[in-house]
Amino acid sequence: MSTDITTNLLIDDLEAPPLTLQELAWRRFTRHKMAMLGGIFLILLILYSFGGSLFVDEKYANLTNPPIRLSAPSIQHPFGTDTVGRDVLARTIYGGQISMIIGILAVLIETSLGILIGAIAGYYGGKIDSLLMRFTEAMLNIPEIFLLIVMAKFFGNKIPNLTLFGRTFSGSVVVIVVIIGLTSWMYLARIVRAEFLSIKENDFILAAKATGTSNAEIIIRHILPNSIAPIIVSATLGVANAILSEAYISFLGLGVQPPTATWGNMLDGANNYIESAPWLWFFPGFLILLTVLSINFLGDGLRDALDPHSRAV
Amino acid sequence: MGDPIATMGGRTTTRPADRERLKRQLGLDKPIIVQYVYWLIGNDWTKIDLDGDGVAETAGQRHGILRGDFGYSLVNRGKPVLDVIGERLPNTLILMLAAEFVIILGSLLVGVYSALHQYSFTDHFITTLSFIGYSMPIFFIALLSMYIFAVLFKRWGLPYLPTVGMFDPQIGKTTGQVLLHMILPVFSISAISLAAYSRYIRSTMLEVMNQDYIRTAKAKGLPRRQIIFIHALKNASLPIVTVIGLDLPLLLGGAVVTERIFAWPGMGRLFLDHVERADLPVVMGILMLISVAVVVFQILTDIIYAWLDPRIRYH
Repeated sequence: MSTDITTNLLIDDLEAPPLTLQELAWRRFTRHKMAMLGGIFLILLILYSFGGSLFVDEKYANLTNPPIRLSAPSIQHPFGTDTVGRDVLARTIYGGQISMIIGILAVLIETSLGILIGAIAGYYGGKIDSLLMRFTEAMLNIPEIFLLIVMAKFFGNKIPNLTLFGRTFSGSVVVIVVIIGLTSWMYLARIVRAEFLSIKENDFILAAKATGTSNAEIIIRHILPNSIAPIIVSATLGVANAILSEAYISFLGLGVQPPTATWGNMLDGANNYIESAPWLWFFPGFLILLTVLSINFLGDGLRDALDPHSRAV
Repeated sequence: MGDPIATMGGRTTTRPADRERLKRQLGLDKPIIVQYVYWLIGNDWTKIDLDGDGVAETAGQRHGILRGDFGYSLVNRGKPVLDVIGERLPNTLILMLAAEFVIILGSLLVGVYSALHQYSFTDHFITTLSFIGYSMPIFFIALLSMYIFAVLFKRWGLPYLPTVGMFDPQIGKTTGQVLLHMILPVFSISAISLAAYSRYIRSTMLEVMNQDYIRTAKAKGLPRRQIIFIHALKNASLPIVTVIGLDLPLLLGGAVVTERIFAWPGMGRLFLDHVERADLPVVMGILMLISVAVVVFQILTDIIYAWLDPRIRYH
């Protein structure tokens, strides 16, 4: 009887179709406990900031009420109120939306630029490669925060407020997205270039060339899909870095301008209230930490799942 | 980028005629590319038009940054940029070198320990902690440490740490005061980098511990201590030299946020203050210095690495 079951199981196992690459990757990912935890926390944070807007109105988040300024957390204001009497809880909800949107949009710019420059440099090689890589190195030589400060100062306040979906956004959101994208593509470009350098030596590329496939098609249809794993990992981690960059620059008062809230600009000036109003900096700061941490765990799991050989640490 | 002329004028309104003269004196009437050339190689080889009659008559004074002339600050009028930066540079350096010292020592201890106790509870704990440290925004750990060690300790009647500035003005700038004021900023800067470094050291140490020569050393019965510190650590520290060499100059600028929070009179704060007031010569000077420092340190790192590791040869 028991031998029957084992043989049956064995036959079942043998007859089961082999796992596809995607299924294998998904299995590796779900086994990574910290990545799953990061993913769950990230979903909760997204629900918090996007679902929260169903319960709290944006006008309420931007409503100033000086008489109750700097009041400590209470039932009406669970996270307290800020220096002009706005509700900190409502602002962390709307600030979270902007912070996450900035992170994602900045990474879209970063990834497009990184892929474009890395792919051209890696595929064509020679003089174009040297030229693009020297430019990349020159960009890397100035610490990102300095570039961000200078560019934020230079481009700041030049774009008028915009209205989307019935909501008004400070024009500085666009500026911040663009400058974070422009100052962070360098590492990705290097990764993409390295991938292209090795993949283009394969026989299937030679075959594609022999059949007269155009360079653009080889780059987009043959090489890029094969180098997608490190790009996905790098883009995921890039969102965390972009959220941090936004927080740094807004913390210094050069980022997104009020009344539009972000987790970063809620912290601007909060260091003057360390003692008297710790809730001013604790809640947005903690949410930034939680988001960045979740994304980093998620990115780590993605790296293990998609790209198991490239593990550096 | 703001208005340099307004910065120079100070609080009083400048007369239009003076503004024009200043503009021509600073070369702001020229196209941006000419301004850049003047900044790069100076304008003493040509004449500039000071009175605005269309005839260039006054000889230029500037030598350009390639000949070591960083220009003059617009905020501290007439003060050479190098003097302005030079006043702040030592403050940043002591903060950074102290932090780097703590980072290297701490990450070696933590990294080696968790590599030798791989997959133990402590290793998992340290790995999780280093992930948190790596994701930590520096302002959050700075504000949190200020709240705990200054505000709460004071409230609980414990000895508490100072939070802002470099020394207590009532006591003066003594070594003890500066050290005391350095504790929190150094802690904040190092806590974050320590996380990344110790992960790196852990992985290189793990790699080295699996090498044949370590097995040989074990087989011939060398004491464990000797294997770890002489055979393993020496080889594991090679790649770390690269990381330190590349990170050191970035620390110069990495403290912008820290210096702002702790009101530390260093270069990062100088940069912020002068960006806000459109003091271009100082801003450009600081960016130039940091970029040069990055390049110089990269070359030094390459040379030191080749010297330490005889397997590497440059052709």
